[in-house]
Amino acid sequence: MPLFTIDTVIHVLVVVMLPPLLLGVITKTKALVAGRVGAPFFQPYYDLFKLLRKGTVYSTTTGWVFRASPVVGIATAFLASFLVPLGHHAAPLSFAGDLILFAYLFGLARFFTVCAALDTGSAFEGMGAAREATFSSLAEPALFLGLLVLVKRSASLSLGTMLGSGLSAEWLGAGASLVLVLVSLFIVLLAENCRIPFDDPNTHLELTMIHEVMVLDHSGPAFGMILYGAAMKLFVLGAIIVRLALPFDTANPWIDWGVFVGGMIALSVVIGMVESAMARLRLNQVPSLLVAACLLSGFSIILLAR
Amino acid sequence: MNEALILVGIVLVGTSGLPGAFLSRQSAVGERVAAVLMVVGSTCGIAGAGAVALAARLTDFSLPWAVPGGELAVRIDGIAAMFLLQIFLIAPLGSIYGLRYWKQSEHPDNGRKLRLFFGVLTAALALLVIAHNSLLFLLGWETMALAAFVLITTEDTDEEVHAAGFVYIVATRVGTLCLFAMFALLHVAAGSWTFAAPSAMAPSLANTIFVLAVVGFGLKAGMMPMHVWLPGAHANAPSHVSALMSGVLIKSGIYGLVRVCSFFEHPPLWWGVTLLVLGIVSGVLGVAFAIGQHDMKRLLAYHSVENIGIITIGIAIAVIGRSLEQPELVVLGITGALLHVWNHGLFKALLFLSAGAVLHATGTREIDQLGGLAKKMPWTALAFVIGAVAICGLPPLNGFVSELLVYLALFRSMLLASPGAWIAGAFGAPALALIGGLALACFAKVFSTVFLGSARSDRVDHAHEAGALMIAPMAILAACCAFIGLVPSAIAPILDHAARIWAPETSHGVPLGSLAPLSLLSVTGFALVTLLALGGVLIARLTGPSRVRRSVTWDCGYAAPSSHMQYTASSFADSLVRLFSWALRPEQRSPSLASPFPRTASFSSHVPDTFLDRAILPTLRGIGRGFVWFRWAQRGNVHVYLLYILATLLLTLLVRR
Repeated sequence: MPLFTIDTVIHVLVVVMLPPLLLGVITKTKALVAGRVGAPFFQPYYDLFKLLRKGTVYSTTTGWVFRASPVVGIATAFLASFLVPLGHHAAPLSFAGDLILFAYLFGLARFFTVCAALDTGSAFEGMGAAREATFSSLAEPALFLGLLVLVKRSASLSLGTMLGSGLSAEWLGAGASLVLVLVSLFIVLLAENCRIPFDDPNTHLELTMIHEVMVLDHSGPAFGMILYGAAMKLFVLGAIIVRLALPFDTANPWIDWGVFVGGMIALSVVIGMVESAMARLRLNQVPSLLVAACLLSGFSIILLAR
Repeated sequence: MNEALILVGIVLVGTSGLPGAFLSRQSAVGERVAAVLMVVGSTCGIAGAGAVALAARLTDFSLPWAVPGGELAVRIDGIAAMFLLQIFLIAPLGSIYGLRYWKQSEHPDNGRKLRLFFGVLTAALALLVIAHNSLLFLLGWETMALAAFVLITTEDTDEEVHAAGFVYIVATRVGTLCLFAMFALLHVAAGSWTFAAPSAMAPSLANTIFVLAVVGFGLKAGMMPMHVWLPGAHANAPSHVSALMSGVLIKSGIYGLVRVCSFFEHPPLWWGVTLLVLGIVSGVLGVAFAIGQHDMKRLLAYHSVENIGIITIGIAIAVIGRSLEQPELVVLGITGALLHVWNHGLFKALLFLSAGAVLHATGTREIDQLGGLAKKMPWTALAFVIGAVAICGLPPLNGFVSELLVYLALFRSMLLASPGAWIAGAFGAPALALIGGLALACFAKVFSTVFLGSARSDRVDHAHEAGALMIAPMAILAACCAFIGLVPSAIAPILDHAARIWAPETSHGVPLGSLAPLSLLSVTGFALVTLLALGGVLIARLTGPSRVRRSVTWDCGYAAPSSHMQYTASSFADSLVRLFSWALRPEQRSPSLASPFPRTASFSSHVPDTFLDRAILPTLRGIGRGFVWFRWAQRGNVHVYLLYILATLLLTLLVRR
């Protein structure tokens, strides 16, 4: 068990420090594409610190579930990060079937986010909660099909091994199926993190939102924790995609960390470009896109089995 | 010693309601005696079964019996012990709960009947699980089925209860008919009524036995599309009976299937594939139907169908593993299935008991009439949310452990070269993920609508927290859910033992601990609990009383939100119901706008059981019309029916000579 090594310390530091930067990069990319200067890269950090200093308004309707949900969001994302190898560094925790724990930890967070939204008794938040529950139950099979391809390909049941050092050789052998999985997982990433084309985090109309409307009633430090937890979730899911897309292993650990962080920033730029180029889908078209993601991975499995 | 303990337990439990039956309607002595006998008997049973399960050896016991071919042969092995432990845990908890939930003074008409048959049902379940002889098994099976009928129709003055009871009795008769045929064929193959692996038999005979077992046991377990009796029966029975039925009774079908499958060392691949398809259909459609329900107990009943699906997927992978001679698949599949049998018993009983507490407090099962109950019934709400997280298979509770085992089995089957195996994995794992996602949506819906937000009707205003006698059983069940979730390695020996009994030839030297990361699950489970606790402290610090203001919910500037503006369970479920409308066939009545000044209008939506209403009832009605001429035989006199039985017996004897 490679726990408590220098890599683990860096792992924790990167997971704790880096997530808000991704949001900053996405916003900056969108601003630049639109021809604006945009907020500074570190704006999400300033926002978080500002929120932490503020007071909180709790609705009289709400109870302990509403207060618990930001905590669950951060705790699960943080624990899930321990299962993912960042760059070419072994995951601190790795065991057969850890990918199932990975997916179900986010399920736990979703359960409490949805319940917290319904706890407020607001129709708007109920609407967002219903959409979140619907779309993520379709994103789940897509995620598992994608992971199945990696399981079949690497003959291993843990994220640490299937994203480990054998990956670069696999690209040469089974590039086509890995590309399909990559696209499928990218769609899942956008859906799970409520990015365009599934949801527009910057929209101004509550009726069209998914995630933002679910957390409408949160304020102050609790809202800060929700934003931070969401960023961490984006980071952790993104780390899998970056590792899959950049399976390079140099012997030098510092270069590996550099490649990984660079990859994460590049991923944010790609998300920013997607958000600049596309509009949000109509809500009734979202299921089709998620089913398409499932089918891509399905094709990928067939490619492997041929 | 152990078998004596268990048999004493069965006798005590079975007669627990008897003293009360002779006491007056008003007397509260009977219910207390029943509960005490139930607890004492179950303690004996748990001691005996626990010793067998932990010592990993089996116990035989047999007495001659006057029934031709029958023998009072009892065998308590690892599989039987697991089922016994479950029966003897949930039944007494239900009995204690019943002291408050179904007080004799509040139900003088049917309280005595209910307790008498509650005990009989429990004893019959225990008997059929330890039976080592087909006839003894069928005796237990029929007693169980008929006792359950009496319990379902406890409130026999209600029309809906009547209908549910009738559907149940028809379904259980059909199932028993299949089982009679199946055991007769097994007798032909093995030459005796004793449970044993038949040495060699023609493939067609084995296939017939398998199909009959799937139909006969599947009807009891509630596999889709044989689940039609289940929603009505679970919804209309008293809640602690629903808990026993959903948690334990339907598992007798799983027990039978597991037992019969264990007889066949080299099953053909299509057996496993058939079970897998049944499991996936039950799982996905079970939860889809659940999402459409607005009756709390009907919803939970459909979730039983879903969980039976997950269990069947586990058995399917074990059977596939047996046909491909892959011991890892066998061990992971069967232990996943058996552990899920336990887990589902625990969290479903917990959910039914907390749903019963809500029903007791508010008098309604309609989800959309409730709301905000967490403030009035905090302990019930906590119990329900623990059950909900567990049933969704979320960490760190027990549902996650058993689903993980089934997932591992499916993933491992992906790695095999045989196309049958990896296609099973490729369909099974995403299906299980879909089931998990949909279950999460469904339980978020029911928990939030019932316990969170604000009250949707005045029924909630008079609600009160359930009494200690109702809370205590829920607390015990919740603690069991947490224990299995956090320390799964503690029960690994029991599971290993059961797996060895199920497939002696394949499971040598493949302990579960080497296949599944059970101890690491404890690490991550406790890590999650610690992180949650730390986060809780942090947020409590950051939102101290001096920094918090209370106000109304932000409704985009609208200052007077009312409870009727909340999202209802039906609106929450609407988009998912639409996605599955090809199977659910929802009935909706929406108002049409006729004039510029609309009048009072109403909207209603309802998801009936498509299989029952559109397939099975029409078919049965058609058959009924075809057999009108046969009614002359139905005389409605007991002595005529006795004559029929005598004539049939004589005829059978003549044919046999």
